[in-house]
Amino acid sequence: MTTVFGVPLPAILGQLMLGLVNGSFYALLSLGLAVIFGLLGVVNFAHGAFYMLGAFAAYMGLEFLGVNYWLALLLAPLTVGLLGIIIERLFLRHLYQIEPVYGLLLTFGIALIAEGIMRSLFGASGKSYPVPPLLQGGFNLGFMVLPIYRAWVILASVTVCFVTWFLIERTHLGARLRAATENAKLVQAFGINVPLLVMCTYGAGVALAALAGVLAAPVVQVSPLMGSSLVIVVFAVVVIGGMGSIVGAIVSGLGLGLIEGLTKVVYPEASNIVVFMIMAVVLIWRPAGLFGKEQ
Amino acid sequence: MRAQIAVYVVLAALALIAPFLGLYPVFLMKVLCFAMFACAFNLLLGFTKMLSFGHAAYFGSSAYITGWLVTVQGWGTIEGIVGGVFAAMLLGLVIGAIAVRRQGIYFAMITLALAQLVFFVCLQADFTGGENGLQGIPRGSIFGLVSLGNDRTMYYFVLAVFVAVYVLIRRIVHSPFGQVLKAIRANEPRSVSLGYKVDRYKLMAFVLSASLSGLAGSLKALVLGFATLSDVSQTNSGEVILMTLLGGSGTFLGPVIGANVVVTLQEYLSDIVGAWVSVIIGAIFVVCVLLFRRGFVGEIQRRFAQRAG
Repeated sequence: MTTVFGVPLPAILGQLMLGLVNGSFYALLSLGLAVIFGLLGVVNFAHGAFYMLGAFAAYMGLEFLGVNYWLALLLAPLTVGLLGIIIERLFLRHLYQIEPVYGLLLTFGIALIAEGIMRSLFGASGKSYPVPPLLQGGFNLGFMVLPIYRAWVILASVTVCFVTWFLIERTHLGARLRAATENAKLVQAFGINVPLLVMCTYGAGVALAALAGVLAAPVVQVSPLMGSSLVIVVFAVVVIGGMGSIVGAIVSGLGLGLIEGLTKVVYPEASNIVVFMIMAVVLIWRPAGLFGKEQ
Repeated sequence: MRAQIAVYVVLAALALIAPFLGLYPVFLMKVLCFAMFACAFNLLLGFTKMLSFGHAAYFGSSAYITGWLVTVQGWGTIEGIVGGVFAAMLLGLVIGAIAVRRQGIYFAMITLALAQLVFFVCLQADFTGGENGLQGIPRGSIFGLVSLGNDRTMYYFVLAVFVAVYVLIRRIVHSPFGQVLKAIRANEPRSVSLGYKVDRYKLMAFVLSASLSGLAGSLKALVLGFATLSDVSQTNSGEVILMTLLGGSGTFLGPVIGANVVVTLQEYLSDIVGAWVSVIIGAIFVVCVLLFRRGFVGEIQRRFAQRAG
């Protein structure tokens, strides 16, 4: 059997695959975070909680209403996105005029509330969500077995990331969004409804997090605390990529997932902290992040 | 001014007789430790306007180091505390040096991420006891002279340290160094143009705040006899923010009052409502940020100022 550094090749490829799956979640989450930060100037601490709510929406849909995976993939982001819109209207809206740290604190409070409610209702232990029948099993590639569901997660995330990038960078709607990011007052003066745009952007960013949650439900345990440590890793990913950069969020999300996977093979003890260490190095070397611009 | 002195006299009297009022001394000491933690945190948030989202890292690592030195290495109590504070100071120096390169929201995210790194190190390192934490940390004595095993003696020891820290923080804020911090808080670019090495001042404030947070953590480990992962956790970092915000950041007494409220809530509510405590804490956060950004003491001061003006 082929080995690299004394580790069999299929094991390495398997870990890299897992790393890419995690990277897909990082990319989806940091993308939403970057879009929200770009327009609202709010660092959404509740992003991990919305990811968790997305997974729970899928779980509850299947358990109580018999909603299958494919429908959940559509309905869960819609429901959670709507919840995000309500939160934006009720709370976040009042904070745009003051310092951005208050937005961080408010969304931290919202995350605590969401996690506390789910923990009271479902307990702290994880629930399992079945892999949909169509995506069960794996391809035998000769040198390794490729689980279909994992390949699907990567494919779906990369597609969604690309579509989002295209929407923002290449369409009329995206142009307005980018203009509002640069100068909201001026764009409003041109007759564009900026508050509506802001509301929908927050909803969309939240929906992306929920989508990641549904995609993750069959590969991780669905639990109330599944998002709370993930969101911190995603913060680090965003800092590494450069805050507000769409491409930066996607590339560093996938890349860091891969690096984390590799670390699991080479030195498993460090796999939890490798992203944070990279963040520290990047900050010393390029304080604005890899894709960010110095202000 | 006279009202302020009256408040301090009443509070000092209350603190001195508190163990005789039927209040549980261990609970009082826990409140004092968290009040000290919040005051140390306030030095950064209130007087320099730097929101650190990872202060549990200093509190918790100092708790672990002190616990380990006293339990495993057989150090004396005071030496153990000094060792813990020294570790928190070094950690603050390293993390602070990286974090002060960015401002505002970035600073918050970086301190949070690096504190999570400390959390994982504590989870995996051998000397911390992993998931179980360090148990059975002895209180020992002050240089072999006064035994701290008795709850009341320990209470007055903790109270004395707390008062010293409180006075020290007041002294720091009112010193020329503190004035520069306030200038940075008010207008950072202007402070730079006046020739102050802003990053160095901020780092200094960060290290001071981290060290004093470490002192609070060491004392907490000795008071309760254990140091666990919850001491270094993100939840703990969040709670110290809430204490400071709720009481009034940038005021001296605010964090003390905030710590009293939050610790009391947790102590009594967690038995009654279980996991809903985190919902309540979250709701207080939301209300505080939306409607009550000055905090209790900040609001009272504003009322007084309005009446005077």
